[in-house]
Amino acid sequence: MTKRFALGIFEDEDVLLHAVENVRAAGVKIHDVFSPYPVHGIDDALGIERSRLPIAAFFFGMTGLAFSLWMQIYMLGFDWPMIIGGKPHISLPAFVPVAFELTVFFTCHGMAITFFTITGLYPRFKVPVMDVRATDDKFVMAIELDETSSQFPRLTQLLRENGASEVNQKEMTNN
Amino acid sequence: MQHVSAVREPLVTGGKTLHDVTQDICYQVEAKPNLRWMAALSVALFFLGVFFYSVYRTVWYGIGEWGLNKTVNWAWDITNFVWWVGIGHAGTLISAVLLLFRQKWRSSINRAAEAMTIFAVICAAMFPVLHMGRPWLAFYVFPLQNTLGSLWANFNSPLLWDVFAISTYFTVSLVFWYIGLIPDFASIRDRAKGPIAKFSYSMLSFGWKGSAKAWSRYETVSLILAGVSTPLVLSVHTIVSMDFATSVVPGWHTTIFPPYFVAGAIFSGFAMVLTLMLITRVVFRLEDYITLEHIALMNKIMMVTGSIVGVAYITEFFIAWYSQVEFEQYAFINRATGPYWWAYASMMTCNVITPQLVWFRRVRYSIPLTFALSIVVNIGMWFERFVIIVTSLHRDYLPSSWAMFSPTIIDIGLYVGTLGLFFTLFLLFAKFFPVINMAEVKAILKYTVDNGPTYNPSKAHHAPVQTSTPGVPASAPVTYNQHD
Repeated sequence: MTKRFALGIFEDEDVLLHAVENVRAAGVKIHDVFSPYPVHGIDDALGIERSRLPIAAFFFGMTGLAFSLWMQIYMLGFDWPMIIGGKPHISLPAFVPVAFELTVFFTCHGMAITFFTITGLYPRFKVPVMDVRATDDKFVMAIELDETSSQFPRLTQLLRENGASEVNQKEMTNN
Repeated sequence: MQHVSAVREPLVTGGKTLHDVTQDICYQVEAKPNLRWMAALSVALFFLGVFFYSVYRTVWYGIGEWGLNKTVNWAWDITNFVWWVGIGHAGTLISAVLLLFRQKWRSSINRAAEAMTIFAVICAAMFPVLHMGRPWLAFYVFPLQNTLGSLWANFNSPLLWDVFAISTYFTVSLVFWYIGLIPDFASIRDRAKGPIAKFSYSMLSFGWKGSAKAWSRYETVSLILAGVSTPLVLSVHTIVSMDFATSVVPGWHTTIFPPYFVAGAIFSGFAMVLTLMLITRVVFRLEDYITLEHIALMNKIMMVTGSIVGVAYITEFFIAWYSQVEFEQYAFINRATGPYWWAYASMMTCNVITPQLVWFRRVRYSIPLTFALSIVVNIGMWFERFVIIVTSLHRDYLPSSWAMFSPTIIDIGLYVGTLGLFFTLFLLFAKFFPVINMAEVKAILKYTVDNGPTYNPSKAHHAPVQTSTPGVPASAPVTYNQHD
């Protein structure tokens, strides 16, 4: 589906931050903001909720810990018990290193997979980008346009007043 | 652009703008490989050939190709393994620990240091795998049910802990490194001209567009990964040291080993980071990003960890005497005065005495001296592992089996071969991947950039330094006041 966007190009992160606040205050819905690096404070300005990834990380870690302890206790304690170095079958102190490593392993990989999934990142041939300068030195604010033609000039003025160095229109078929 | 503190040195010099950063870093990826790079790669590839030949001999004829004997049954292989793993540690330390401590200077060096970690761990992993003698059966170390019945791996063995530690460390470092690379791949993708470059960097960048939500999650993920990597990096070398410490061999059976090995790992790792960074900054003309200040800071970390290692050497001696265990005492006297005294002397000179030169400001800020020092430390740390392993093994409880170790040509070939493998990988990385984390450097740029040309300490006091006006926060925009 083709959508039209108004793209406000900004030169500076602080200008962008103020602009985001003012544009939202003017009752305009911001589709997304693209920047070459993380702009601190933009989460609050855009109203992005605090990520629940740390909670996910905790549960991934717990899964890893539980799995590794179960694995070691089951394998050496029940499935094929052997006395090694005079230690008991289930020698928990000796199981600590592997348990720790697998906790980290599960946390890290679980986090990475979750991050890629929720952010929609996966290898692809062609990437639809709003403005290629967003990964270089420009800050881009994208506002979705509706069908009326009167909206764009009004947005241009609003963005200009808030410090945008240029305002463009772009059609995206796949975003 | 402003430089907000008169106390802190700028982290990026040369008055760079955001676009300059993209331009400078991407240039190396986009330009045709230069002659120096080609020459370096040819040398590295030659040593990679040496590596493959040595591996072929080891696998085809067996471990008998190495200089091991019944007494010294661990020598260069494990020395190289511990040395390489240790070198890897600085990368994770820079990317994880310094991120948690909010050390902004890590931004310019973390990418290359993490790459170094990954390649060093690859080199390290070669040795235990080859030491198995039958590397094609390496999967036996994983807890898989084998065809002989439900006999499982032995989770009581430090050698198996190593398997888990190294494989976790490798994959976690790889993921951390790759997630950090994604925004920079997107930068290269959006500049790419040729179809091949466009295609490959599109694939590599996973469709990154730099949206605010993605950045927010990206930062959360980085912080959590740093949080889990920090204990991980300490655990990995602790477990490596337990390969020795859980045995009853005099000179190995000590509780000081875990912290002592971790300090040694960071010490040698920072030495290798320095070696690589000093070369990279010259070859790729990155003097504005990897400044003398960065080099001095890394030197300081190297000195601190070097001093910890020095204290550990002395503590070992003290404990040997204080415990009154005669085997332990003999092991240490033999280390210092026995047939391997020269290795011990090299270790002491390289690791304890020379790093103390870093106390002198002139040494800390000197590129040739730092380069020489980093090489000396790398040699010293190799000798440290050699001394620990060989001197403890060659004379233990039974004098009738005392022996000496001398390496064969295959031993040497494997060692220099892994150096070839390491540098081949590093050179390929430096050519095709952005060596400096552009996104992170851009994020710190606004508040750390210097107005003048490349930083020169002798002119530091004359540099125009703008201090913030009272009542105006230091982070207030300077050039855009008219919009507010």
